Amino acid sequence: MNKDIFVVIEHRQERIADVSYELLTKGYQIAEKLGGEVIAVLLADDGDQMAQSLKSYADKVLYIKNEIFKNLHSEYYCDALSSIIGERKPALILFGHTVDSFEVAPALAEQLGIPIISNCVDFDIDGDFVRATVPLYGGKINGEYSFNAENGGIISVIPGAFKVENPQKSGEIEKIEFTFEKEYDDKEFIEFIEAAAGEIDITQAEKIVAIGRGVKDEENIDMIKDFADSIGAVLACSRPIVDAGWLPKERQVGSSGKTVKPKLYIALGISGAFQHISGIKSDTIIAVNKDPNAPIFKVAHYGIVDDMFKVIPALKAKIEEMK
Amino acid sequence: MNSVVCIKRVPETAEATLKIAPDGKKLEEENLVFSLNDADNYALEQALLLQEEFDGDVTVISVGPPETDEIIRMALAKGATNAIRIHHDDISKLDASAVASLLAEQIKDLDYDVVFTGAFASDDAFSLVGTMLARKLEIPHITMAIEMKQDDEDEAEISRELEGGLIAKYRIKFPAVITVQTGMNEPRYASILGIKRASQKEVDVVDDPTIPENKVQLEKISYPPEGKKAEILSGTPEETSSRLAEILKQKGII
Ligand SMILES: Cc1cc2nc3c(=O)[nH]c(=O)nc-3n(C[C@H](O)[C@H](O)[C@H](O)COP(=O)(O)OP(=O)(O)OC[C@H]3O[C@@H](n4cnc5c(N)ncnc54)[C@H](O)[C@@H]3O)c2cc1C
Repeated sequence: MNKDIFVVIEHRQERIADVSYELLTKGYQIAEKLGGEVIAVLLADDGDQMAQSLKSYADKVLYIKNEIFKNLHSEYYCDALSSIIGERKPALILFGHTVDSFEVAPALAEQLGIPIISNCVDFDIDGDFVRATVPLYGGKINGEYSFNAENGGIISVIPGAFKVENPQKSGEIEKIEFTFEKEYDDKEFIEFIEAAAGEIDITQAEKIVAIGRGVKDEENIDMIKDFADSIGAVLACSRPIVDAGWLPKERQVGSSGKTVKPKLYIALGISGAFQHISGIKSDTIIAVNKDPNAPIFKVAHYGIVDDMFKVIPALKAKIEEMK
Repeated sequence: MNSVVCIKRVPETAEATLKIAPDGKKLEEENLVFSLNDADNYALEQALLLQEEFDGDVTVISVGPPETDEIIRMALAKGATNAIRIHHDDISKLDASAVASLLAEQIKDLDYDVVFTGAFASDDAFSLVGTMLARKLEIPHITMAIEMKQDDEDEAEISRELEGGLIAKYRIKFPAVITVQTGMNEPRYASILGIKRASQKEVDVVDDPTIPENKVQLEKISYPPEGKKAEILSGTPEETSSRLAEILKQKGII
């Protein structure tokens, strides 16, 4: 193994995901310790511009070019990555813990026969010993996992775990025209389909009242909707509410839903999974939750530890009184 | 058309107060309720829907202690035809690749077209086992399926749900592994009759499987550091809501 850190760049429709920049930044801390370099690994078809924008973040941009990389296909991704990794033997390979890495990273680990820890919020390396922190049980417990990186290893990190800093490098771009030995016709990308617009755009709302699984029953939603209406707020929700078919997809806040930026966000019966809170950009977040240890209280500005069905009627009455 | 569904027994932790066991590696289980992992429930439903359309068997398979039979019986009650439990006393000691190996070792000898798994488990949310299993079985995979359209028994169109709700549609030939995201369908409930029937069905137990070596170790679990925290308003609902209403007014929000 050499001492370099590979960051596998995630991009879609010619845009690089923020998590890739976060990993490049973290990569420097690790590479410094090891005395190695940070290498941005870009698998793309039309990637010249993306390679340019990565230059200042990495010691080197390894741009692996092939038409096939236009859209994600895990087998081709794995073949190209394992061939490069086999040649250059980086100490660690970093991915964002994203939907596309679910498809690729575990397959790559198997193909190379190396360990992987996914869903991390932090990690460190000490010699060959890699240690990573993983939020378990919706973030109520932390798990410490480790592996021996003697033959390399993969870490996939939750988006938003690290801050981006531009190290002002001027990494050279090494472009490789990649050719494949094997063809995979048992899986094929067809098309992208944008999420339907729906009748309401929660991203424009100034006030949001959001419900989670704590609402328990579809019938309880009316009462919350009344409260939302009474303060001029839009009703939104966490994913399980959409999964249950109680509210339409367009009202879902979070990584697989919408990112909202209201002045006021009231979270009712929402535990605060990172996929949910990554969709909230608000200066005033209020959480009502029965569980004092719910992770939502770590991002909320004000919290009430109580039953939402007791608090909301009281709050509605209070606000009406004040009008 | 035969499917296999990999299922996992997980604790319901959203509302529970969690305590770490003395060994520092797992939770005290005494006061926890366990159930079928949410995404696996959607995976099972998808297999049952296929069975309704194309006939065939639905085999559920899980790695775990005898208590795992509860979720296996539930799956049988909903309509699964066969069940396998690969015995292991404490699955928190297995890494994802080891679990995938144990599953593959059994599945490889079955006659199947599709293997479904949940896209992730609610306990560790690793999202690793399904994809690793595909590699061990040497068949293609699609992760995070939210829709499946199928005209014949040889292939399907699968929609993956990406960030922001964007859909990426793929075509995949069977046999294949498909990992299912929550919301793919409407999971059914078991009927009383189904539950009765399930109690008479056999669960094949693999008693003494060869346990593969871990590449990843669990060192310990801990309570997250306190860190930043909301200002907690305490008191009766009248008191807390009145305080909150004042704060909102001060901020000019209402
Ligand atoms: C790839 C991927 C994408 C995802 N995308 C999203 C996304 O976009 N948006 C999203 O929200 N999730 C998303 N998720 C799911 C996410 O991981 C969580 O499972 C989900 O956010 C949990 O929703 P919840 O907080 O409503 O439910 P739970 O975690 O079940 O929490 C319910 C909460 O309600 C509280 N409660 C119960 N009763 C009451 C009461 N009477 N009064 C007050 N509080 C009460 C409980 O204490 C608990 O904290 C995604 C997951 C994956 C794997």
